[in-house]
Amino acid sequence: MSTDPTNPDAPRVGVDEWVASHEQRRTERSGLLGVVERELARVPSPAFYLGFGVAAAILPALTTNGYIINVGVNTLLYMLLALGLNITVGYAGLLDLGYVAFYGFAAYGYAMLASPKFGLHWDTLAVIPVVVIATVILGFLVALPSRRLVGDYLAIVTLFFGELFATVYQNGESMSLLGFTKPHDITGGPNGIPNIDQFNVFGSHIQALDYKAYYYVALIFFMVLLFAVYLVDRSRTGRAWRSLREDPLAAELMGMPVNRLKLIAFACGAGIAGVAGTIFAAVNTAVFASEFDFTSGLLIIVYAMLILGGAGSLGGVIIGALVVNVSLEVLRDPGHATWVFYVLIGATLLAKLRPWRWLAVVAAGTVGFGFAVHAIVSSAWPRGVHGTAAVGGALGSGLSHWVILPSNPTTIGNIAFICLVLAVLVLTLLHGWVQKLAMIPTLYLAAFVWENRLVVEPSITRLILVGVILIVLMNARPQGLLGTSRVEIV
Amino acid sequence: MNWNLFVTELVSGITHGSVYALIALGYSMVYGILKLLNFAHGDIYMVGSFIGFGIIDVAGGATNLGIPVWLLLFIMLFCAMLGGGLLGVMIERFAYRRLRNAPRIAPLITALGVSFFLENGAQLVLGAQYRSYNSFSWRSPIALHGFTLPAQARISYAGVIVIIGTVVLVIGLTLFVQRTQLGKAMRATSFDREAASMMGIDVDQVIVATFFIGSALAGAAGVFNGIQYQQLWPYMGFTAGLYAFIAAVVGGIGSLPGAVLGGLTIGLAQAFSIGYISSTFSDAVVFAILIAVMIVRPSGLLGRAAVSKV
Repeated sequence: MSTDPTNPDAPRVGVDEWVASHEQRRTERSGLLGVVERELARVPSPAFYLGFGVAAAILPALTTNGYIINVGVNTLLYMLLALGLNITVGYAGLLDLGYVAFYGFAAYGYAMLASPKFGLHWDTLAVIPVVVIATVILGFLVALPSRRLVGDYLAIVTLFFGELFATVYQNGESMSLLGFTKPHDITGGPNGIPNIDQFNVFGSHIQALDYKAYYYVALIFFMVLLFAVYLVDRSRTGRAWRSLREDPLAAELMGMPVNRLKLIAFACGAGIAGVAGTIFAAVNTAVFASEFDFTSGLLIIVYAMLILGGAGSLGGVIIGALVVNVSLEVLRDPGHATWVFYVLIGATLLAKLRPWRWLAVVAAGTVGFGFAVHAIVSSAWPRGVHGTAAVGGALGSGLSHWVILPSNPTTIGNIAFICLVLAVLVLTLLHGWVQKLAMIPTLYLAAFVWENRLVVEPSITRLILVGVILIVLMNARPQGLLGTSRVEIV
Repeated sequence: MNWNLFVTELVSGITHGSVYALIALGYSMVYGILKLLNFAHGDIYMVGSFIGFGIIDVAGGATNLGIPVWLLLFIMLFCAMLGGGLLGVMIERFAYRRLRNAPRIAPLITALGVSFFLENGAQLVLGAQYRSYNSFSWRSPIALHGFTLPAQARISYAGVIVIIGTVVLVIGLTLFVQRTQLGKAMRATSFDREAASMMGIDVDQVIVATFFIGSALAGAAGVFNGIQYQQLWPYMGFTAGLYAFIAAVVGGIGSLPGAVLGGLTIGLAQAFSIGYISSTFSDAVVFAILIAVMIVRPSGLLGRAAVSKV
């Protein structure tokens, strides 16, 4: 048997006829882009992580804007969270919906050991190991009852655990042991724990609000843990996790200790959340239970990051956290958000709409449709165009001649929002030219809803956006941006 | 023994439990057929509740109704069930159908996304504030001739409506599942989807019907909750859905009597722990029950042990 790879017709070890005949069809980009792509594929992934670390390390040198550094700290915390979740969900395939509770547990743990609350002011070098180990043990205990059961039960136990955590800490200002002892104030209840110490090592401590210092602390933790996870991923345990994810039954038949692997994955994820939690508490100098419950959206945001980047991919963790957190930050400012909204819609059309003449038809149609509607409305119902666009400048003045901006848009905007959701759903059912033509009014409706409702309520729009990311990605590209697609063999 | 407190908590537990049971039925039905935790189910309950609220509003508000109260109640239930059912079918069609053969985790994450989308969409459209069904005359306690319960322990007309309504819906559902052809198809699909489709059952149709019926029950639960407890807000579906799901697990997921039993168990456990321990620990008690059931009897109180075939 020949194993000469240059001769595609010859049978090779591990390659059957079908693979041999189809291998040639794997499309590679031609030209310069193809060369770049092939060369990039040969660079080992740690080099990319290192590149990210270097780029992130010089960011504070480029800007003195405190806001950007603050966003950077938040993004790094999200990256740490996504990194931990990546182990549990991405590698081991366990749906951990109480993940944020571990983050909160560690944040409260740091707050209790290093604040005037109980008069304890431990050294940070002591607090972090104690808190992280406690979080790992907690993760272990939570996963323990559902270790024998299918993943769905784990999801429900962890989801309820997360809710339980938030409720107990929210009401922890007078805790007694089932009424046997007199009430003690453990968590400060809704007031949380304020005045948390900064990181201090052997007496020297980080100045309050020194985001740059915390940025480097978070970056160092992230890089160290990233490489640790990278090594674990390539170890026996990492391979075992992935086989567990793909087929638990087969993994068990191969003699893998399935239960122990699940518990380890769960506890590792919780531990990384614990590290993030301690930094979070020190940066914000106060913790509140409401920051960690379901309605805060933290859990869904971390999931969106993981899914967007691609579960099971370390590069995806970086990209996902970066993209999601930066876009959520951008949404805070209506002017920026409007630009991003129209650029994003334009880019999506540019990427998805083929052939090009349809793109031209839809774009021209939408613009024309808008001016026509605007003209009709301004003559029939002048009050309908009295509002002003949220964005200023040329885009703003252009928009106010194109989009209908009623002077009191709340009710009509709400109805339009529901119509928009329905229109988008119907759009997914249509095909061919009908779909393209139906796009024109839908796009206009989207612009209308955006200008009148979404841009006015940025805090809700962020959360709606996160939900949409999860639904759309799971339906359109479950492997995310950087993940590899998986084939489930039944 | 303080009987006032006991009876108050008993009544509160049964009415809460009825609402949980109705939601749990839908959870259990969908899980039985698709093996999918439909996290958005609780939010359908929320939408149902708001549909009822909207109808009271259209009818002129609770204080000056243009129509008899029983007619209003009927319209509210009908619209909430229809609206909830249609919403459920839409969610199935657009969010879950493409993922039916995807890895297990994909539809779960989608369900989380749908739930979050509905909650925040509702918050955008309806505002974050608490709404109220307002007081109707049916909130007043029932007085029987020659027999009055202590003031604390009286059951209101609303409580009676909720309990009777739940019983009627559960009986209707049981008859439907046991007696009709579609019900039989549902049971077959839940037993073995592949074999059912080979026997000529239109599995898609069965799944749509399941989503419709389960979501309609959640919509009815939303109205019942509004009648009894008045308050509604966009995030109400999350906690209620969570308790209902635990109820379904405790009763035995996939089993309809189990869902009802589980709903009552959770409702009573919650009510009594609020009454006798503290409201902070009621969640902990429910959690303890969940863990205990999962350790001692993983298939739930009335569920059959699942045998996984390879």
